[in-house]
Amino acid sequence: MQNLEWVKLWQPSGSPKIKKTAKFTKQSRRPQKILSEIFAMKELADAKKRKLVDEKKLTVFDMKKSAGFKTTVEKPETELTKDLLANDEWKNKTFKEYNYNATGVRPPHGFLHPLLKLRSAYRNIFLEMGFEEMPTSNFVESSFWNFDALFQPQQHPARDAHDTFFLSEPASALNDPPADYLERVKNIHSHGGFDSKGYGYDWSKDEAMKNVLRTHTTAVSAKMLYKLAQQKEFKPTKYFSIDRVFRNETLDNTHLAEFHQVEGLIADYNVSLADLIGVLHTFFKKLGIEKLKFKPAYNPYTEPSMEIFSYHEGLGKWTEIGNSGMFRPEMLRPMGLPENVSVIAWGLSLERPAMIKYKMNNIRYI
Amino acid sequence: MPTIGVEKEDFLRRTGIAKSVTQLELEHLFFDLGLELDDIEEENGKTIFKVDIPANRYDILCIEGLCRAINIFNNKTPDKYTLEGSPFEKIIVEESTAAVRPIVMGAVLRNVTFTEASYESFIDLQDKLHQNLARQRTLSSIGTHDLDTVKGPFRYVARKPEDIKFVALKQEKEMSAPQLLEMYEKDSFMKQYVPIIKEKERYPLILDSNETICSLPPIINGEHSKITLATKNVLIEVTGTDWAKTNIVLDTMVTMFSEYCAVPFKIEPVEVEYYSGKKEITPSLKYWEECVDPEYIRRQIGLPQDVTAETMAKLLSRMGLVSSYIRYENEKIISRIPPTRHDILHPCDIMEDVAVAYDFNKLVMTMPPTNTVAKQLPINKLCDLLRVDVAAAGFCEALTFALVSRADIGEKMGFDKLPAEAVTVSNPKTAEFQVCRTGLLPGLLKTTQANRKLPLPLKLFEVSDVVLKDNSTHTGCRNERHMSALCYSNTSGFEVIHGLLDRVMELLEVPPCEAGSADGYYIKKGSSPTYFQVCADIYLWNEKVGQMGVIHPNTLKAFDLPNPVSAFEINLEPFL
Repeated sequence: MQNLEWVKLWQPSGSPKIKKTAKFTKQSRRPQKILSEIFAMKELADAKKRKLVDEKKLTVFDMKKSAGFKTTVEKPETELTKDLLANDEWKNKTFKEYNYNATGVRPPHGFLHPLLKLRSAYRNIFLEMGFEEMPTSNFVESSFWNFDALFQPQQHPARDAHDTFFLSEPASALNDPPADYLERVKNIHSHGGFDSKGYGYDWSKDEAMKNVLRTHTTAVSAKMLYKLAQQKEFKPTKYFSIDRVFRNETLDNTHLAEFHQVEGLIADYNVSLADLIGVLHTFFKKLGIEKLKFKPAYNPYTEPSMEIFSYHEGLGKWTEIGNSGMFRPEMLRPMGLPENVSVIAWGLSLERPAMIKYKMNNIRYI
Repeated sequence: MPTIGVEKEDFLRRTGIAKSVTQLELEHLFFDLGLELDDIEEENGKTIFKVDIPANRYDILCIEGLCRAINIFNNKTPDKYTLEGSPFEKIIVEESTAAVRPIVMGAVLRNVTFTEASYESFIDLQDKLHQNLARQRTLSSIGTHDLDTVKGPFRYVARKPEDIKFVALKQEKEMSAPQLLEMYEKDSFMKQYVPIIKEKERYPLILDSNETICSLPPIINGEHSKITLATKNVLIEVTGTDWAKTNIVLDTMVTMFSEYCAVPFKIEPVEVEYYSGKKEITPSLKYWEECVDPEYIRRQIGLPQDVTAETMAKLLSRMGLVSSYIRYENEKIISRIPPTRHDILHPCDIMEDVAVAYDFNKLVMTMPPTNTVAKQLPINKLCDLLRVDVAAAGFCEALTFALVSRADIGEKMGFDKLPAEAVTVSNPKTAEFQVCRTGLLPGLLKTTQANRKLPLPLKLFEVSDVVLKDNSTHTGCRNERHMSALCYSNTSGFEVIHGLLDRVMELLEVPPCEAGSADGYYIKKGSSPTYFQVCADIYLWNEKVGQMGVIHPNTLKAFDLPNPVSAFEINLEPFL
């Protein structure tokens, strides 16, 4: 308790008395404040509980004439209006000071979805780099194009019902892929060919005909490369796509059952791994990502395969941002592409960089 | 990607890496090899590194193989795996197995010394191989036995379930095969394997010459022949349905654990005699040679000229592919591929190993010469232009899932059954993903529901694909680009949605026209259980492209919306 000397012990004769001091009288205008200065709030509450003090609230106005004191009533104008402009009436009016701390009125507006804004940004980068957009408007794909054409064996875990959405209706594709191509794909899986040993298992056409919700847009890339191989003369090509893909996942903070895949590929004579690294640096630089490094990885349809890591300045560490590689000859040669044509490709999800960009820790908020 | 646990001290001892190694240095080492140090855990006073292994490297799924690969990478000469002499043990295969699990292979490890750690690793590798390469034991499964408790020749047979009785591993009582399967069906770990044979007429068995049941593949081994820390001689049998995978499994098991034999890396083969008279000596343990053109490697990787064929051969040797180069007309690299590297299928895999050993990050980047002109898909170009203007008209863009529940596009929208054109999913993990959407409107109504608390009016739109059955495509399905918009407010606000439709048509440069005319667009009274009182069909060039109206109170209730909604949905493809 502070000693403010607002009472004094006074003993003129005989029994002692407590007397208010001048200080008390002066400050008693704000008794509440004084009390709280003297007692800590807890002590005050205790004192109240023990009924040692009574609480009374007093509101005190201290009124003085201000400089603008007038005996006539006049309201200052809040803003300039059309009426005030007419006949120069504004000249005779006083105006209220604008409150610069007030917020403005929000304009009525709509907006684009932030993830799709990012999609536009990626699309523009591909277009700036001369890539052609692939037609990806088929969420349903046969296992043949989604897996088999990519040399992904039929016993691969990704083809498990745990990971991939299969369809009940229509359960299977209606039309076969071209017969000669189907035969070559069957052979490369079961016996090998084009210098490959193959996987050595009984390839089943029924399995290949099963419809799935595509697990990657690479299914579309495979179709486009097959088409490219059917042309009379091979024409170097750069393709891209950004569209939805599906995985049979239960939703949580970092997993969605559908997400957007960004994919780019270059097919040309003798393009190399060093070219892929060069293209990736150019691509990511346009996104403001300068520091990249590459980790060896495994993917059934690319060899070499590289995981792309970027240095995240905020987190202060290397984080994986995508995957890349050169398509395997077991995928390209059965299509009919010339031996010296290689295809470099990379892919990433649209959601993951968005989580980083918009500083979210739950992918579902996107 | 499988993850293995590696004990720190054992790892450092095997690799000769200094105790003072930092986490960062280890991370770098693993990174360069395509591995990832996922986590470091403390267990019972021991430090365990959790390492992610690429899915095709079965040879480094245990500490033995991992450390061998690291040592070879650090220029240690690889050990040679050899088959020792002629087979002593034999497995005779009966024809009855053909219908259930036709393949069997075997091998013997002599004079093995297990420690607690190596025994654990031995069990763990079997589990890893079962889970990954062997696809939960469907393609192949491993049984290991104390050879001194059983007597060859062994027989691989298939018998009727009720005729099979034995004491299974970790059991005390004798049980019949149906009893065992019934018990395992209730076991959280074992239940996944039961369906592999459950419905088969006969179950496969490995028997010794005294009819002792060694194992009931792919389910369980017998208690009788179980391996202990004291086991000296180990019989490994692998049964399966896929020859190539079974072969890889056995090669991997013996190459990894022959390390603990009295004469390391020497493996005793087993003869498998099939009912047809065919005889096979297993394991195959085959080394094979691949001849690769160094120019192919240089071109594919983009290696500088100063990396000679000799350097490439040296790099390959560090990856476990002992290589040399010869000069005969042209230079050639000859790589000897050990039975641990079943992942090598094509010269491109050898090319990759050169790139990995050289280090991707040391490559000098170049740009491909490919000169092409950019091109957008017309539908995407149109939609991107349209979306910006719809947002400018005051509508907010939603992004909803293409998969929905059956109710979302059926009963909630007022239909008594699922629309006929709906594509259905056979194995969804949650009820939210049962069918592909046939319209965008249900997703927008769900979005409205989730954002009810925002100030009114809520004006939303989406431009995206729906999926419909279509017999003219190869899959029997196709996507269709739709646009849908809605207004959620205190009043039904049909005029707001009508106004947006007019604006969209203006943006698409389609003029309004008289009903029945093919000169532009018009709307005409229609009917749908989704809409209430106000419902119009939207026509473009006299073809119906969509519908609009005030959403039916039943649908509002189904989506838990207390305020009225007006909406439209159109197919955008005819506008192209």
